[in-house]
Amino acid sequence: MQLLEFQAKELFREYGINLLDSISSTNIEEGRKHAKEIGYPFVIKIQVPVGGRGKAGGIQKCQNDDEFEIKYPQVMDLTIKGEKARAILLEKMADIKKELYLSIFLNRSKRCYTIIASSEGGVEIESVKNQIIKEVGLGDVSDELARKVANEMGLEGNTAEQFIDTLKKLSKLTIEKEAELVEINPLAIMQDDSIMALDGKFVTDDNSNFRHPELQQYQEKTDIEEQAEKSGFSLVELDGDIAVVGNGAGLVMSTLDMLSDNGGKPACFLDVGGGATTESVYEALTLISQLPRVKGILVNLYGGIVKTTVVAEAFLKAYENNLIDLPVFSRLKGTESEKAKEMLQGSRTNIFDSVEDAINAAVMGIKK
Amino acid sequence: MTNIFELLKGKPEESDYENKGVIVQGITGAYGSLHAKQMIAYGTNVIAGVTPGKGGQKFEDKIPIYNTMQEAVDATNAKISIIFVPAKFFLSAAKDALNAGIKLLVAIPEHVPIRDTMETLDLAKQKGAVVIGPNTPGIMIPELIKIGIMPPMPFKAGKIAVLSKSGTLLYEISDALTNSGFGQSITIGIGGDPVNGTRLIDAFEMVKDIPDMEGLVIVGEIGGDSEEILAQKIIDSGFNKPTVAYIAGRAAPKEKRMGHAGAIVMGNYGSAESKVSMFNKANIPVAKRPAEVPVLLAGKIEKSD
Repeated sequence: MQLLEFQAKELFREYGINLLDSISSTNIEEGRKHAKEIGYPFVIKIQVPVGGRGKAGGIQKCQNDDEFEIKYPQVMDLTIKGEKARAILLEKMADIKKELYLSIFLNRSKRCYTIIASSEGGVEIESVKNQIIKEVGLGDVSDELARKVANEMGLEGNTAEQFIDTLKKLSKLTIEKEAELVEINPLAIMQDDSIMALDGKFVTDDNSNFRHPELQQYQEKTDIEEQAEKSGFSLVELDGDIAVVGNGAGLVMSTLDMLSDNGGKPACFLDVGGGATTESVYEALTLISQLPRVKGILVNLYGGIVKTTVVAEAFLKAYENNLIDLPVFSRLKGTESEKAKEMLQGSRTNIFDSVEDAINAAVMGIKK
Repeated sequence: MTNIFELLKGKPEESDYENKGVIVQGITGAYGSLHAKQMIAYGTNVIAGVTPGKGGQKFEDKIPIYNTMQEAVDATNAKISIIFVPAKFFLSAAKDALNAGIKLLVAIPEHVPIRDTMETLDLAKQKGAVVIGPNTPGIMIPELIKIGIMPPMPFKAGKIAVLSKSGTLLYEISDALTNSGFGQSITIGIGGDPVNGTRLIDAFEMVKDIPDMEGLVIVGEIGGDSEEILAQKIIDSGFNKPTVAYIAGRAAPKEKRMGHAGAIVMGNYGSAESKVSMFNKANIPVAKRPAEVPVLLAGKIEKSD
């Protein structure tokens, strides 16, 4: 899960990382109060869990009440990379001398945490120049290493000391919260040589959630995604009209790819998982029936641990209860697939021998 | 480098050659017992089980259950174990196994915290042990030994090595290979997590020198850069056996986790385009559909003859 900027900053504050004054709000009435508290000039920042906010117009300077009344609703109404505003952060404007980059991330191929730092921050990581990269095992950053990074960045005096302090606090935060990525970009050197985190990105390892009840408050899932998780399968909502259901993340992704190649648009990614039962698949179909835009369901199963008959039974139950009145295009293979096909004979499910045939029929069928 | 075949089969002079004992951790759980039975049915020598508190009992009236891995290893001298415990308890089960002298640890659970995986791998490194997974279907030499949860139907003994991040795609693609007359010498499930005990590149090192290997199939998916690193390794090492790849997730949106914890594209990092272009650079064709894998492989083999 990627936290919003203001949530990441709440964690930064807790760990003593320097921040400018800022307050988040979800409506303009709240925002007006905050504007008074913070005082002009300040920056209005959209809170969405994706990058590229500046380019999309989601970060606006604000000098007075008139500008505030225009810009607050404008920013609130933006959609960036499909994400609507969750909140608005008002943050005090400040004089910046220089922008740095600092992150600690889980290096998947090296299987350890890694620091990336640069004295040329403020741009997206792909464009950050002169990156200093240090592997740090399970995340512990020693005084010595932090000092080395500061030196390599060319920082001196009080600024260097503050940077070292910030890096160590960031490392403590990363380890204690088991983050996959914690990024401060930019980390700014202010006119008085102090150091401030002007932005914050924080990606959690959701598999460690059970050890972090304190992060629960940041959990943000659509109702449907949350229900899916509870029922033991994984669902990602997409913006097309054909729901894609299968077993195994790889197989379902592969089905999305083939569907897209053939001109179809997936409405969701739904992996029933290795522990699927008739009940859980029925639950999955219930969620699909609640998704908007769905005009058909594409099913691609390779029965292994999950018996295809278990899935077939759930579909039959869904038809019987009038839960599903959409056309269903299925390819069933593997454990008990012959029996499953027999069960579905004469039902709403159209059965195909190959996934390609099922996909073509789904794409054609939806167009009608 | 670890000789994975020696770990799985042993040496010809050993009395248990091609019949190596495997300990099942979590053998009395629903999942563990189901797959213990299926592994036995496949011919795997499941020699003991471990469930704390159930020591002294027997599984299926014949396989002894122990409270700890140390007791199980002392009694059986096994070097292989497979873990089926819930993710929360994975780390302690894995430490128990590695400290008891297990040399090949197959980690089935999904949702293991990354930190626990990294601690496990640290210990495995100290002990000189191989970890497959977590979140893997397992490892198998078709028709000889299965340490995992794969259904038996798709696999057939043969000369193609298959490395896969995904479970069901491993079955799907092995099925397609088998139907085209390409049996498999070994299949290794890398797992769908961000951090893997055996990375694609490690698995490649394990199989690259198989003397009679006819071909290699790499089944990747979006997320991370292990496919890119492997492609670079193949370029650098001059490996020239017929090789074909498949990458799932071309149509997946960015910054969304697609079922697997590791299947997420951040910016350009982990994207399908990046992986496909590196494989192309390594002169490895990338199939658009699983069914295309054997077709491309046959083409590669024909060219190399």
